[in-house]
Amino acid sequence: MRYALLINERPGAYDGFDAERRESISAEYTAIRNDERVYNGERLQPAATATTVRASGEELLLTDGPFADTKEVFGGFFLIEAPDLDGALELAARIPAVRLGGSVEIRPLLDH
Amino acid sequence: MPEPSDLAEVFRAEWARVVAALVGFCGDLHVAEDAAQEAFATAAVRWPVDGTPDVPRAWLLTTARNRAIDRLRRDQRLTQKLRLLEQQEATDQGAEAAVDASTIPDERLELMFLCCHPALAAEARVALTLRAVGGLDTAEIARAFLVSEETMKRRLTRARTKIRDAGIPFGVPAAHLLPARLDTLLAVVYLIFNQGYGDGRADLAAEAVRLARVLDALLPDQPRVTALLALMLLHDSRRAARVRDGELVPMADQDRSLWDTAQIEEGRKLLDSAVARGARGAYPLQAAIAELQTEDPIDWPSVARLYETLVDETGSAVAALNRAVAVAEIDGPAAALAIVDALDLDDDYRYLHSTRAELQRRLGDGQAARAAYRRALDLTTTDAERRFLQRRLAEL
Repeated sequence: MRYALLINERPGAYDGFDAERRESISAEYTAIRNDERVYNGERLQPAATATTVRASGEELLLTDGPFADTKEVFGGFFLIEAPDLDGALELAARIPAVRLGGSVEIRPLLDH
Repeated sequence: MPEPSDLAEVFRAEWARVVAALVGFCGDLHVAEDAAQEAFATAAVRWPVDGTPDVPRAWLLTTARNRAIDRLRRDQRLTQKLRLLEQQEATDQGAEAAVDASTIPDERLELMFLCCHPALAAEARVALTLRAVGGLDTAEIARAFLVSEETMKRRLTRARTKIRDAGIPFGVPAAHLLPARLDTLLAVVYLIFNQGYGDGRADLAAEAVRLARVLDALLPDQPRVTALLALMLLHDSRRAARVRDGELVPMADQDRSLWDTAQIEEGRKLLDSAVARGARGAYPLQAAIAELQTEDPIDWPSVARLYETLVDETGSAVAALNRAVAVAEIDGPAAALAIVDALDLDDDYRYLHSTRAELQRRLGDGQAARAAYRRALDLTTTDAERRFLQRRLAEL
């Protein structure tokens, strides 16, 4: 089955980390990206760079920043192929955001 | 010609095995349950006329499997599964062939782990287990959990859909996952037991005991399962004495001649076996406490010590409340009340108030006891408890 692992990070999770610590976390992300079960993945720019589009009648409304203020901010995703949910869980649990106060949402992809 | 009770007996013995084998066969819990249901309905019509088959399990599975294939053919979404099945069947004997009973694997363990997967909501795990493993129908499960049939139906449907669409696996978890998954499974079994025990639903308590017996047989190297089985048997042994004339009877006032001594004996032996095989944690401790409480007189200092260990291991405030009850028997109600007052328990927990009321009653503080009994009365959900609390209140 194909799953998306949607990575939500706690804002400020990296504050106070030195360069070495940040690099080691990046290396973990790279290792997961290079896992043979992972067929795609991207990391997003910080939420401060977001522009949110919404409609109000005919008019388009733009907001500077993400959709809502939340305790967690969507930070990236992996698309993976796993035999079942336990396989997806095993990969999801290794994502550093999980132990850094964030979370990973596992969503099966729709098959066409 | 079989009596209806024969079919009921076959249903109890075979339902879970038939559902499990069908999930193993077609990979879809919903299809498996429906097909099993139809097979048992057909049996109810045919067996009284044709006679009970020599191997009921093989008959049921053959019938159910054919129903499942019909269903898969009708359902577009499932046709892909059917193609896979038919490829597999082509190498076997063809789809209509009878099932050979000797080759049916016992996949009830896989089914239980499927129903109790931690990715399902706790209430869904319980409902699914009662349905798919226990064979209870939606209305029965709804009654047990005090929700409408419609709500329970939605809960079950949502859970089955999630199992299918999220790819929740049908299998025994890998060794490194097994301890945590087994904890979740045992928690479901114990919750079913407590629902039955607390509300006097003997059928649910019996169902939980039956589930634990199956688990204990299928997982012989997991003494935690044995400990839970012992715990439930020891508690359940007092069932006949717990309620008199529709009113709850506290343990100290129970008629011990109504206790099931054979069950107590079995519980003791199972507990000994579990401990000898290294069982640790809450279940053996609780079972040991239940065992002590079947003795006369009760060794309260040992009960208090075991509760203390339980509090240390689990941090449970409920265990601490129970420890206070034991302390009342050793050091008196004032010492116990001091412990209860210091507890960090949810104010809506009814046994907090009934325990406090009992201690205040024994201390002669009628006013405080009355207020606490009234609070417990507001929170209770069973008639037997309500009658007991009302009588205590009236006696003050």
